[in-house]
Amino acid sequence: MDAAVFIVSAVVVLTGAAGVLVARNPVHAALFLVQTLFGVAVLFVLQDATFLAAVQVIVYAGAVVILFLFVIMLLGVDRAEDLGIEPIAGQRSVAAIVGASMLGLLLTVLLVGVDGPTGARGANAALGGAEDNTRRLGEALFTDHVFAVELTALLLTVAVVGAVVLARRVRGPLQPMPVVTVASATGSDDASATGSDEATATGDDPAAEADDEGEAG
Amino acid sequence: MLAVATPEVLWWALLPVLFLSVGGLLLLTVASLVRRLPDWLPQAWTVVTGLAVLVACVPMWCEVRDEGPRTTLAGSVAVDGSTVLVTAVLAAVVVAVALLARPYLRREDLPGVEVYVLLMLSAAGGVVMASADDLIVLFLGLEILSIAVYVLAALHLRRIESQEGAMKYFVLGAFASAFLLYGMALVYGATGSTRLALVAEHLSATVLVDDSMLLAGIALLLVGLAFKVAAVPFHAWTPDVYQGSPTPVVAWMAAGVKAAGFAAMVRVLVTSLGTHASDWAPPVGVLAVASVLVGAVVAVLQTDVRRMLAYSSVAHAGFLLLGVQAADADGTAAVYAYLVVYALLATGSFAVLTVMGGDGDAAHHLDDYRGLARRRPVLAGAFTLLLLGQAGVPFTGGFVAKLGVLAAAVADRGYWVAGLAMLGAAAAAFVYLRILVSMYLEDPDAEAADGSTGPAVPLGARVVIGVACAGVLFVGLVPGPLLDLARDAVPVLVGS
Repeated sequence: MDAAVFIVSAVVVLTGAAGVLVARNPVHAALFLVQTLFGVAVLFVLQDATFLAAVQVIVYAGAVVILFLFVIMLLGVDRAEDLGIEPIAGQRSVAAIVGASMLGLLLTVLLVGVDGPTGARGANAALGGAEDNTRRLGEALFTDHVFAVELTALLLTVAVVGAVVLARRVRGPLQPMPVVTVASATGSDDASATGSDEATATGDDPAAEADDEGEAG
Repeated sequence: MLAVATPEVLWWALLPVLFLSVGGLLLLTVASLVRRLPDWLPQAWTVVTGLAVLVACVPMWCEVRDEGPRTTLAGSVAVDGSTVLVTAVLAAVVVAVALLARPYLRREDLPGVEVYVLLMLSAAGGVVMASADDLIVLFLGLEILSIAVYVLAALHLRRIESQEGAMKYFVLGAFASAFLLYGMALVYGATGSTRLALVAEHLSATVLVDDSMLLAGIALLLVGLAFKVAAVPFHAWTPDVYQGSPTPVVAWMAAGVKAAGFAAMVRVLVTSLGTHASDWAPPVGVLAVASVLVGAVVAVLQTDVRRMLAYSSVAHAGFLLLGVQAADADGTAAVYAYLVVYALLATGSFAVLTVMGGDGDAAHHLDDYRGLARRRPVLAGAFTLLLLGQAGVPFTGGFVAKLGVLAAAVADRGYWVAGLAMLGAAAAAFVYLRILVSMYLEDPDAEAADGSTGPAVPLGARVVIGVACAGVLFVGLVPGPLLDLARDAVPVLVGS
């Protein structure tokens, strides 16, 4: 039974992954990713990690991929991309080398079996029944790590406040750059525009770069 | 359902975090609901919150002194002398920055609530860092502190340099956080716990056959923390960010962020990984010497006073690391004493810079300080005292602080490290001398000489500069109380 479930979900995972690579349309690629993530969730259930499976479906398949789709559709790239062009020169060959070495490392670890030194067992290391795992995680979160959970709430609040502050309209005129005025610095009234301005400002500012070099020397 | 035993909470020990976070969020809520908030309210609210934290620190200090250090929330928060001392430093800096911020915001015509909200939230993160007895809590505290500071750095929305500096700080800071997190994961993998007390217990009870994972973890932790405190070679963001950010915010970065970073570094390295001090102390020594030398030498080459002070803050980070690499109680006490003195020096100095910046926060060139002594003798005198303090001249607090860390390094037989650091201190003195020469010996520009009396000094800045100068002088003349305080603040590990 286990073997059958494993084989079926493995096929689902692998066809999904292949689909992400092959699909010409980015939206289809994102949907294939959902298929892969669901397959992985089934594998988690098979390992009695029910909580992880639920998180996998809710967070990855539910939230992350939806965000992907948002970005794809908002940016209007929901059409086939020309994959013949390399955006960064030499990117593909480097990616191939890095990917191959990662695969090599993984295989080494799996086949040779490096036995890394670890310490005592963690709070959620001992796996019991299916419910046990979820309960243990919940207990650990609300006893040992309750302060961390609360702090995460504060962290998210800070991030939201920060994003709102940065995304606000700028009142009044922008101050000119002291050395080189950036062409697009006049009309930046939202965060994304400001962000791109910065990129050009840092890149196009010969004085700042010269300054940096001077400091390095 | 089985009842779950929830951990015991010492509410009085959490008061600083609660005051700062609730204070910030309350101000945010009120400001978003009320259409026209009175102009003075956000500042007054921040000052009151900061003072409330300072007041709350007094009974905490007495409690810790009488009853001994302890942990709370299942061992994830340490309540000891270092927690209270660093909390008090952070709260004092918050008050000072709030006092500086309002005239600055009015001069630059910037909206006036976010600064205070983010400042208080950032300080809450700093307090969490200072009291973290758990790697996860430490990381969350650091992120709360950092994200608020990234936004604060970009807060001058109309100055492109502010945006540029914030962008650099954010990108590099995110990298550093990733390093730190990876280091924490490896340390957890090697020791089986994120609780600092349990990490120390495990390391003292067992001898690791292969400690490569632990050492890699420590190295990555060191990278992440060294970035936060701006130690060479992780200092590259400092000059641009100090130059671009609103000047009151720079005071917070220099005094507050550094204090929180060093508190965390001391707790993680010295107290928790103390058994492996022979592994991490030499690299920290190298970082210390590199920071002092590079900071001092490169500062000499600058012509912008904010960049000068940025590099001098790098040099100060080097001196603080000198105390850390001694890896004993004396070194730690010296670090805390240095932190207190540096908080005074940095807030005072950047208060002067806030005043000097003028419209647009742009007048920070060395030439803008020409003849300041003739135009604004009191301001120039105060700045002189603060610069002499930074240089470590005797009878100022800076001397006491530098002497402490150098003595700790020498006692630990780090003669080379201490010698090179003294060389760096001598080079750094030249930087401060350059500003002094410009203020006292050079004639003011023609336009400035035409009867203008220099920048107006608002009341808040007067208070901050005055208190900073008085503090620096007091510590320089009567160092005993601060040194006793710092010795009592050395963190102790309490098993949970």
